[in-house]
Amino acid sequence: MTPRAAAALALCVLALVAVPWIIGNEFYVNMASQVLIYALFALSINMLLGYGGMVSLGHAAYLGIAGYACITATTAGYDQLTAAVFAVALSTATAAFFGVLSLRAPGLGFIMITLALGQIVWGVAYRVNDLTGGDNGIRHPARPMPFGFDIRDASSFYYFTLVVFLVALFFIWRFSRSPFGASLKGARDQPRRMRMLGHNVWLVRWVTFVMAGFWASVAGVLYVYYNLFLSPHAISLQQSAEILLMAILGGASTLSGPIIGAAIITLVKNVVSTYVERWNTLLGVIFVVVIVFMPYGLVPGCAQAWQQLRNRIKSRKALTPAASEPAQ
Amino acid sequence: MTTPALEVAHLSKRFGGLPATKNVSLSVAPGERRLIIGPNGAGKTTLFNLITGDLTADAGSVRLFAQELIGMPTQRRVHLGLARTYQILTLFPRERLVHNVVLSLLGLDRRRWNPWSILAASRDLYANARAFLERVGLGDAAERIVAETSYGERRRLELAMALAQKPKLLLLDEPLAGLSQAERQTVRALLDAIPREVTIVMIEHDMDTALAFAERITVLHYGEVIVEGNRAEVVADPRTREVYLGD
Repeated sequence: MTPRAAAALALCVLALVAVPWIIGNEFYVNMASQVLIYALFALSINMLLGYGGMVSLGHAAYLGIAGYACITATTAGYDQLTAAVFAVALSTATAAFFGVLSLRAPGLGFIMITLALGQIVWGVAYRVNDLTGGDNGIRHPARPMPFGFDIRDASSFYYFTLVVFLVALFFIWRFSRSPFGASLKGARDQPRRMRMLGHNVWLVRWVTFVMAGFWASVAGVLYVYYNLFLSPHAISLQQSAEILLMAILGGASTLSGPIIGAAIITLVKNVVSTYVERWNTLLGVIFVVVIVFMPYGLVPGCAQAWQQLRNRIKSRKALTPAASEPAQ
Repeated sequence: MTTPALEVAHLSKRFGGLPATKNVSLSVAPGERRLIIGPNGAGKTTLFNLITGDLTADAGSVRLFAQELIGMPTQRRVHLGLARTYQILTLFPRERLVHNVVLSLLGLDRRRWNPWSILAASRDLYANARAFLERVGLGDAAERIVAETSYGERRRLELAMALAQKPKLLLLDEPLAGLSQAERQTVRALLDAIPREVTIVMIEHDMDTALAFAERITVLHYGEVIVEGNRAEVVADPRTREVYLGD
């Protein structure tokens, strides 16, 4: 990492740590927690989308399975840590199974199978009243006390979420720079050639699918801790699509893209919707404008625009001394 | 008799009603340079795809040093010592040349499963990759993006990626296609420099180079082997003339 990149990263982390002091207002601190949870969710789907080139329309299923498992285990009397571990393990195991089914077919087939599996999980959540409370949803008893810290109020919960988010971000960052990540990107661009180079393309994709399921499950547990409630609405097709849009809006080829995308969509949904009734339309307009002018998403688009601006300034600077010379 | 490096027996493949490979049998000795020729549509590339596992054979067997390959996924065959180049360039166009070769090296390296370490910090992989680029005369181009290189350079990159796997059997699908006369000389010299531990089967249309390079020649026509022998035998055979020149 270059010193400049390290400085930028340190500044970002510092800004994230300072968020509760800067905004103060509890409503907005909660919003920041939500942004982090969705950002983690978007990062997890981006492992499939951005690095693997696999479009999943059923990613909310893991949020759902982890969430319901966490609530059910806690309600059944297990302690919070056991419940959380069980929830993530169960949901990741489901991802392992769903991965086998989804990766039967590449491309369109993959999209359709993930969509179908996501809808099955949603349907089960909707119908199995005894376990999930059906349409009414179920409540989580209380937030946990990790290492004895009370995370009931807004800013301490924000810090709890931030720690989990930063750990996940670090792992996903390493993943994106790792030999495994390189194999995955190779499998995205030239699957046939990668096989001929000795890579097991199917297994690389499946392992990625499971890892993406794992981080989505972690986001699911955080979601339940935040809302203390889960209903089928949280795992609908719309949720899966929204997560996908977050990654695409911010820029699926980048690490920071899904985070930016999650922030924009969550803020429009929660803040703008209090002023504008047609916030869904606004979201649509934002999305269309970004995709038209920055087809690779906001982060790569802005980076490109910045580069062009710098080049223009540089060339102007290079011209000015020559032009001003005769005047001297 | 020593075990053949490659032994294809009664291999068949149909695309719908069209037989692309009909009962093909051929045996290539270790260290041999074998040329496969035949008019367009003779099934040369199909034969390669059957050997590598890109296509599933309908019947027959393919053995690499006596080990049956049929039924094995492509990457397993590669781990047994099979490598190939493509007639239609199959590279990673947005990556640097050195990264292309690193992906090739990773394919046979256990580290490819590591989701935690930083690839760019694997100095040995990059040094090794540069050495292979050096070998095909692309040492100076290592940091360039594939999309910014010339066609001739990409052909040599294909070769470097195949050589980086240290194969026992190397399948070359028209390694000279689309190259200028000068570039042909360069690639020709590279092929000559490949050590004898590597058995080579080559498809090529450039007869001057190919005939000089190969020890034995197999002529395919409509998916069938019609002539096989050394250079003089194949050139003298009336069936070769019939295929290439008509009656």
